[in-house]
Amino acid sequence: MRLAGKLAATASQLRNPYAFAGVAIYIAFVLVAVLAGWLAPYDPNDILFTADGQLAASLPPDAAHLLGTTQLGRDVFSQLVLGARPSLIVGVTAAVAVASIGTTVGLLSGYLRGAVDRVLMRLADIVLGLPFLPAVIVMVALMGPSLQNMIFAIVVLLWPNAARVIRSQVLTLAQRQFVEAARVTGASEWRIMLVHIAPNILPLSFLYGSIAVGWAILAQASVSFLGFGGSEVVSWGTMLQDAYASQALDRGQYAWFVPPGLCIVFVVLAGFLISRGYEELLFPRLRDD
Amino acid sequence: MREQALRVAYVGRRFLHMLFVLWVIATILFFMFRLMPGDPSTAYIDPNFTGEQRQLVLQQFGLDRPLHEQYVIFLRNLARGEFGLSFRQRQPVLGLMLAVLPNTLLLTMTALIAAYAFGSLFGAWLAWRRGSLFETISIPLVLATRASPEFWIGMLMLAVFAFGLGWFPAGGANVAGAEYSSEWQRILSIDYLRHLALPALSLALFLQGLPVLLMRSNMLEVMREEFVTMSRMKGLPERSIMLRHAARNALLPLVTAFAITFGQLIGGNVVIETVFSWPGLGRMLVDAVANSDYPLAQGAFLLIAAILVAMNFVADLVYGLLDPRVTHDGG
Repeated sequence: MRLAGKLAATASQLRNPYAFAGVAIYIAFVLVAVLAGWLAPYDPNDILFTADGQLAASLPPDAAHLLGTTQLGRDVFSQLVLGARPSLIVGVTAAVAVASIGTTVGLLSGYLRGAVDRVLMRLADIVLGLPFLPAVIVMVALMGPSLQNMIFAIVVLLWPNAARVIRSQVLTLAQRQFVEAARVTGASEWRIMLVHIAPNILPLSFLYGSIAVGWAILAQASVSFLGFGGSEVVSWGTMLQDAYASQALDRGQYAWFVPPGLCIVFVVLAGFLISRGYEELLFPRLRDD
Repeated sequence: MREQALRVAYVGRRFLHMLFVLWVIATILFFMFRLMPGDPSTAYIDPNFTGEQRQLVLQQFGLDRPLHEQYVIFLRNLARGEFGLSFRQRQPVLGLMLAVLPNTLLLTMTALIAAYAFGSLFGAWLAWRRGSLFETISIPLVLATRASPEFWIGMLMLAVFAFGLGWFPAGGANVAGAEYSSEWQRILSIDYLRHLALPALSLALFLQGLPVLLMRSNMLEVMREEFVTMSRMKGLPERSIMLRHAARNALLPLVTAFAITFGQLIGGNVVIETVFSWPGLGRMLVDAVANSDYPLAQGAFLLIAAILVAMNFVADLVYGLLDPRVTHDGG
């Protein structure tokens, strides 16, 4: 029942203009990712030639190539559309994993306290002592460049933030009267934790999830840009790396390197906007009166 | 007196905690680089080393001894700042890192100070103008700069100001071949500052979001407190209330954020330094990893982590010592 209430609150939250804009952006990008194969006029890796047999290199935007072509004659628009897939896959998978691990650790740590708490929080401290991007780079370089390894590295480094915040929320909740009441009626510790406390921290998990989407996508783009992302998947990060390495900046080929960056900005921004709407739900004190 | 003793105990506890975290990170790194395929010497000895260099490193790191002895030697070497020889440059890692550290520190400090100076002013102003159309437009814009990949901001800067308008150089820290009599002279030269401008500006643009939003919400919070109402009742002018009373109190969390961000940036700079070919610690790490220069990668990573952990320690202290509401009893 309480969960149903939370969901209703979530729905009403969409009336917040920030959260609404964020969800709208997500839906748009998910649609693009799903329909990418159909939207893209060319194979993103195909090397194209002009009618007179010349390599279609660095063409300016026109009707055939909406955003022009790369230095090796590939269609930028097709790359952009298909690049939505790896970004969203990394973003969503990493976010779900970060939120789940963060919630589990936060719950166990905050509710059980004692030795479990000490061990888990020490672990979190250690991970927080690792510099994020350098650690992702080193891990991906040692394990081999692939989307899975990138997601793994991002999740390993991002869960402590969520776990810490959720733990402190659990600490507060555990003092509340309804928990005491449940204990008096003879509910087991696990039941209290899962049925009475867990549903109350779900919005917070969701908040951390939506922020983690952004960090994961930024990390994936940065790692790909630095050349550790593997070469088999076209993503916005690899597109920017390609543009940078092929002197697109020098030639002022804005149609090549502006759109992938803008896409990243929009997807990451959507997460921030949603979490901002959520912050007001969670901490009404912050709402400006 | 008691409060004083508690403070000292608090600082001591945080310091021990910092050392603990650093020790674990060093240990993880030790095993990570040992577990790589090949025998332990792959982490320290390049096939192209001369016989003499090979012998030196073998002895320095005890690579012919059992793993637990290697580990002790590794820690002892770390404490002395001995990170081995770089595979590519064939020079001690520590010297290479110290040579580029000033560049990284300077880039980070310039960008941070610019971002926080702008951020605190703009954030306070946004709080003052809350509810206005200006605020409604500004907040998503500020969020958007925080959502931008730093390297992309850098690329736009390069395309417009370096290649398009030709106002700034496209990369590096000094014109090739320039000679300077001292490090200070190099850093204070006009040439260096011209090279610094774009990377610092890109970084500052990315960074200003946090102080703006933080300052704004702090101001909104502080403005609701009693002493502000008091000042209003006393009839003090609004401007003086905002600047003298509210802003001063709202700045405190920004100091903590500054310290934490500084620590994270030393490592986070990897992308900006790469885009602008800025010879700093982050770019050194990227190059080392890309070229499988393990000793250099290990050293750069440890130094970056050490700065991060140390700045978190500083942030803890600043927060604990400046904010009168924090007590130092217990955990």
